[in-house]
Amino acid sequence: MEAMSTSSEKPLASKPRDFGFLQKLYLKEILAGLVITIRHLVTNMWNNLRKQDAAWRTVEYPDVKKPMPERYKGAHRLTTRPDGKVKCVACMCCAQACPARCITIEAGEDDGDAIEKFPVEFQIDMLRCIYCGFCVEACPKDAIRMDTGIYEINAFTRQDMVHNKAYMVDLMSDLKPEAEDFYRENRQSGPAGFNPDEKQVI
Amino acid sequence: MELTWIDVIVTLLRCVFAVVFVMNIVPLLIWAERKGAAYIQDRPGPNRAHILGIRAAGLVHTLPDVVKLITKEDIIPDHVERRFWFIAPVIAMSIALMTFAVVPWGDQILLPAGLFGLEQAKAVNLMVADIDGGLLYVLAVGSVGVYGIMLAGWASNNKFSLLGGLRSSAQMVSYELSMGLAVVAMFLCYGSVQLDEIVIKQSGNILNWGVFQGGLVGLIAFVLFWTSVFAETNRTPFDLPEGEAELVAGYHVEYSSLRFALFFMAEYAHMVVGSAVTATLFFGGYNLPFITGAMIRQNVDLVLIVLGVLGAPAFFLFAAIAWGRRQRAFYKVLKADDIRHREPIFFTVVWGALGLGHLAIAGLGVAKVVSGFALGPEIVAFLIHTNVLVAKVLIGCWIMIWARWTLPRFRYDQLMNLGWKMMLPVAVANVMFAGVMVALRPYFPWNS
Repeated sequence: MEAMSTSSEKPLASKPRDFGFLQKLYLKEILAGLVITIRHLVTNMWNNLRKQDAAWRTVEYPDVKKPMPERYKGAHRLTTRPDGKVKCVACMCCAQACPARCITIEAGEDDGDAIEKFPVEFQIDMLRCIYCGFCVEACPKDAIRMDTGIYEINAFTRQDMVHNKAYMVDLMSDLKPEAEDFYRENRQSGPAGFNPDEKQVI
Repeated sequence: MELTWIDVIVTLLRCVFAVVFVMNIVPLLIWAERKGAAYIQDRPGPNRAHILGIRAAGLVHTLPDVVKLITKEDIIPDHVERRFWFIAPVIAMSIALMTFAVVPWGDQILLPAGLFGLEQAKAVNLMVADIDGGLLYVLAVGSVGVYGIMLAGWASNNKFSLLGGLRSSAQMVSYELSMGLAVVAMFLCYGSVQLDEIVIKQSGNILNWGVFQGGLVGLIAFVLFWTSVFAETNRTPFDLPEGEAELVAGYHVEYSSLRFALFFMAEYAHMVVGSAVTATLFFGGYNLPFITGAMIRQNVDLVLIVLGVLGAPAFFLFAAIAWGRRQRAFYKVLKADDIRHREPIFFTVVWGALGLGHLAIAGLGVAKVVSGFALGPEIVAFLIHTNVLVAKVLIGCWIMIWARWTLPRFRYDQLMNLGWKMMLPVAVANVMFAGVMVALRPYFPWNS
């Protein structure tokens, strides 16, 4: 309390501080500063020499990759049913929800399947996508997800930046069984009553 | 004296050596600047560029830098004053190199008679220009250095450049005074302005070094001179001419490509030359403490044995460390076919070879091959002296780099206050103090 009252009594515009002779010479303070910086340098060099890992937090990016958080919105992928066909029913909900208008779906009809409507082509223009995740929210079939954690989305031509259906189905195919299980578990322990396998009542 | 072809060759060799001396340290300094800054700021620094997998702790990064600067577009703005604009970087660079001409990098070498068809033994001074002016030449040429920056600032026809040039000239004029006076105090102590004589006077006992001259005179002169060298080289905390925040980049805003590279290299060449002059004036130049050139020449075998015996374990230790670095986490993350796996092996081989080389040097000393060879002792003395000077120069440059990443920039009024109100009076007082000390010298037998 005492300290607070004294500090509030101080005039706002104080007189310039009168530095002592030693401080005006700068030399002592410069030496003190030099000691601080050399301590950092020596510590870092010693750690670099002695330890297996350096002490700094820098991730050496192209060689070492930082694991992305589970809910990070990366490149889109299309999920599939057990028989290998995409879950998407070409309802156009995602295309409607998309604020960047980057989703193009060409719907088709499959007579041999109980679920007749399916996307013949499903394209996302990644140059226009703003990674808002509205398409994932809008999907009634859990057919599109942004859970790949892929953030290195790049190509040499604009055309290559348009991800098509085959690419998005294939994106995590090698990881698929584990990934599906992982996300099912997470989703069920997530927000109340949400189950991606159940039909959503809107 | 008649000019023989051997004089011409020796002079040419000395010129080339001086330029190579300065220019070879420059990329090393750029590396030290980057890596030192990184380590001081707790980050790894440059470590990506590599030649066949050898990254050399980021040393390779200077190479792509040079390629970038060479291949960049050389833009000549329409509004510049062309003639002066072209000549400014040339002045900045050539002045930096010229100053080194009077700095000796080794004591006199005696070419024995009979060698190279010499009729009589010939003494060669290891400095480019053996002129009587010596240190006065350093001061004179150093003050011409400001013309490069001033012309660049003026000829760029740009208000930021002009302000940078103005600041630089004001700063240099202010600090040249205390630099000159600091040197005057040293003139009084040494009784000579020739740098080679000054260095010879500093040989032997470490107390002969400039910083220990005349009681506190040498130390004060050194602090003044070193601060002025910072100001002359435009290094932090005196780098107001290129204040990024308020002047974009100061006098070299309008320069691109190799013209910018010239300014950039001139700064580092200035650092090298400033450190070399400081080492010569205050820290015994090429002299090792307590060991004179004559002692090295007389005991070449012993010198070689000591060098080899001390050097070999050090390099073998480096080799062991390099070999141990294969176990680092970084190399485990890399793919098995990554080219950078070669790096620890390469450095093990390099350090190991250097260690073996030092063993060979020790063996050479034992075998007394060099002392049997007429020029041998001279070559050993030359190499040791030059390397001692290089070590001193590198220490000086490192202090500059270290200070850059420690200190903030001065405000302009602080800069002027320090120059005119602190350093100049101290420098004048120091000159008078030096005069008194020199006058009292006969009464202090220990103060030669």
